[in-house]
Amino acid sequence: MHKINSPDQPLSTKLSRRGFMIGATSVGVTLAFMPAALLASDPAQALSANKFEPTIWYSIAPSGQITVNVTKAEMGQHIGTAFARIVAEELEADWADVQVNHVDTEAKYGLYVTGGSWSVWQNFDLMSRAGAAGRTALIEEGARLLGVAVGDCSAANSQVNCRGKSISYGDIVSQGNLSRSYTDAQLASLPIKAAKDRKLIGSETQALDIPSKTNGAAIYGIDATYEGMVYAKPIVPPTRYGSWVKSVDDSRAKNVKGYQQTLVLKDPSNTVPGWALVIADSFHAAQRAERLITVEWDAGATARVTEQDILNRGAELIEGSSGSLVVEDGEVDATFVAADSVLSQTYTTSTVLHFQLEPVNAIGLQKDGRWELHTGNQWQSLILPTLAEALEVPVEKVVMRTYLLGGGFGRRLNGDYGVPALLAAKALGKPVKVVFSREDDSRFDSPRSASVQKVSMAFDSAEKIVGMQHHATAGWPTSAMVPSFLGTGTNGEKFDPFSINGAQHWYDVGAHRVRAIKNDLANATFRPGWLRSVGPGWTNWALESFVDEVAHSKGIDPVALRKQLLTGRGKNAGHAPNSVGGASRMANVLQRAADKAGWGKVLPEGVGMGIATTFGQERDMPTWSACVAQVAVNKASGSVTLQKLTIVIDAGSIVHPDGALAQTEGAALWGVSMALHEGTEFVNGQVKDVNLNSYQPLRMADVPELDIEFVDSELQSVGLGEPATTVVGPAIGNAIFAASGARVRHLPISADAVKKALA
Amino acid sequence: MSIKFEINGLSVELDVPDDTPLLWAVRDELNLKGTKFGCGIGLCGACTVHVDGVAQRSCITPLANVAGSNITTIEGLSENGDHPLQRAWVEAQTPQCGYCQSGQIMQAASLLAYNADPSDAEIETAMNGNLCRCMAYVRIKKAIKLAVINAAAQQETQNA
Repeated sequence: MHKINSPDQPLSTKLSRRGFMIGATSVGVTLAFMPAALLASDPAQALSANKFEPTIWYSIAPSGQITVNVTKAEMGQHIGTAFARIVAEELEADWADVQVNHVDTEAKYGLYVTGGSWSVWQNFDLMSRAGAAGRTALIEEGARLLGVAVGDCSAANSQVNCRGKSISYGDIVSQGNLSRSYTDAQLASLPIKAAKDRKLIGSETQALDIPSKTNGAAIYGIDATYEGMVYAKPIVPPTRYGSWVKSVDDSRAKNVKGYQQTLVLKDPSNTVPGWALVIADSFHAAQRAERLITVEWDAGATARVTEQDILNRGAELIEGSSGSLVVEDGEVDATFVAADSVLSQTYTTSTVLHFQLEPVNAIGLQKDGRWELHTGNQWQSLILPTLAEALEVPVEKVVMRTYLLGGGFGRRLNGDYGVPALLAAKALGKPVKVVFSREDDSRFDSPRSASVQKVSMAFDSAEKIVGMQHHATAGWPTSAMVPSFLGTGTNGEKFDPFSINGAQHWYDVGAHRVRAIKNDLANATFRPGWLRSVGPGWTNWALESFVDEVAHSKGIDPVALRKQLLTGRGKNAGHAPNSVGGASRMANVLQRAADKAGWGKVLPEGVGMGIATTFGQERDMPTWSACVAQVAVNKASGSVTLQKLTIVIDAGSIVHPDGALAQTEGAALWGVSMALHEGTEFVNGQVKDVNLNSYQPLRMADVPELDIEFVDSELQSVGLGEPATTVVGPAIGNAIFAASGARVRHLPISADAVKKALA
Repeated sequence: MSIKFEINGLSVELDVPDDTPLLWAVRDELNLKGTKFGCGIGLCGACTVHVDGVAQRSCITPLANVAGSNITTIEGLSENGDHPLQRAWVEAQTPQCGYCQSGQIMQAASLLAYNADPSDAEIETAMNGNLCRCMAYVRIKKAIKLAVINAAAQQETQNA
């Protein structure tokens, strides 16, 4: 397994032995972080080896063009724009000179992962320092070229200005010698702007990737072609694991124009066992041929598994004592035994598909002694070793070429779909483009696992909350795909942090236990996936529904109860830099959302408001978020109409405000979609709903009114891609209760479930 | 059997089976990659093109049906990517991943061609068949309205 930096802390706090170099390269001048060991060498020579560490670098051409290189995948979050804004701010660049380049993988460039809403949080400080170093060097060299003192010069709009004289960055690059090295200590001492002096960060701009997405010019993985390539369409086996092809009969397909053959894959990496590919001149020919091909399999052991089997297994695990104690604070068992009363509830969620609109696809080919995979992907560093294993070559022999992603949402963190392309290219000795049909994509998805959770609170005789337990079970993506990321609980057992995140909340509840249990049947049946926010998609559903139930059962206003619990004391006081202010910031967004929505106002019969909070994905990177949902419930039919969502988020400094708003709009509507519209079930070992005829995400007509606000802040930037996704579901569930008295405890929420809860 | 039609103002003749979906002819035979494959059953709208000026799902349109027709894809919607809707799409910063947006724009262009000033409800009805998985619906609607406003303003300038 590749060594991957733990997401616990920003990279900037983990890198010590590095510096920064500026030197002439073939593109003009390159400015990059470098290993400290190279600082003594000639910058031009060192930089040409591209040993950048971390992989953040930019260049300035003699024309003045500034190119910021980005290893992050572009999947709609406009990440390149956010990164480039951070560099340009400190560089004092003219924004019109700046462009973004999404680079291909090279081992020398290090880690490639885009997920967890980590990108800005992890890189803000580094990119600021990189910009500041460039500005400092440009001012020094500009002053020398103009023959004036450095102290008389400043930089603005890609120009160095010295008492009436000025020189452009491009001219400094062409005429001067910018060759320099900065140690880590020197970098740290460079002046960085105070938030109030920022010109680009926090101000509006247009995302650089948008124009090409309005005229058909944007190139996604599915648009890639390669000379001499053939097309391939998967024939997906009946089970994810353990299927074996017994026979293939393609006699009827032989008359299909363009059909070549059906290839049964042999996969040393065991990523696609039991797979066959229809090979043809075109994708359409492959599709036509497939309908005439019969494959017989010996299916794996999970060929009869249903959704209910997975939920039943979850319920069984919850009642047992296995699993990992992720939080074990205080005397939990003794507290519950001594309690005056205990309230418990069980919550469940259904399987959810990613359904990113571009079906997964990839071109595999061999070129210049290396294997190339052309595809859009979110976690290249994770899949490269698997690709190498499948090909039986060293990992250095595999490179991934970067394309835009027609949606990520976590699906493309798992690059399993690249394996068949390379296996086929190797078997056939020519470039192969594998395109999944929508149905193939759904059946081979790494869906969000179904979950079962039990949450309990203990109360003393004064009705004070003195203890809490949260037991959660689901299929764990991390044990399936990157076991080195598993955490260790207080009982020594491993847990998937992504699958329990959200349960380690910021409420003061006294003795506190969080137990995470892997649903082994889920992991055996399918490859659980990371789906937008992952664990909080279910943990926050249980947590925030349960807090609401407690409030109502004790006759306390749900906002008031939460504020009582958000004391910001002890372990919930927060710490610098990520969670300064702690739970008090959650109390702030909670109150602000309630005020904005008009919490407590008289509403028509059948209409109600519900509130919920989330801190996003990780306790160590909290994005303080609150949401009020207003719904109307038709008590006769149980149908729910979502009228409005009021969302307030404190994500620290906002780099690209309009981009932040777009992410939050999309994330909130994802939350709506998963609460009211989406969800599937396993039948005979596979998901039942494989296309839009039965899998029905939110459409335009069902979009509620949105009122979104960000707290004005100069604190550490945290993540924004996901938090709104997971705050919406419980807000809707709680609103349904307020509107109708129906308490729903399963996602997605169906009219039938509401009706049943009313009976 | 070869099939003739016009696409983005050019005459083409393709020698492919006449039940080939227009989508794959456009993408793989004519190399116009702006039209996207999403669901293959006409329910996501990513493959929307104009056939004789009307939005159609190219993934379920057999080539035989378009013989002699005029097809417009996103690449041919405007000379320089500056159709009022395309400009409004940039102004409203509508696309996220962008994969559905060719289809969204083509669908909206077909709407505006027949209804220059649609109501919210008319926009929702016309656009409900176009899935945006990033859920950028707020901005899709906003951009359509912007295009209407911009077109009206332009008209006024021309009149004045």
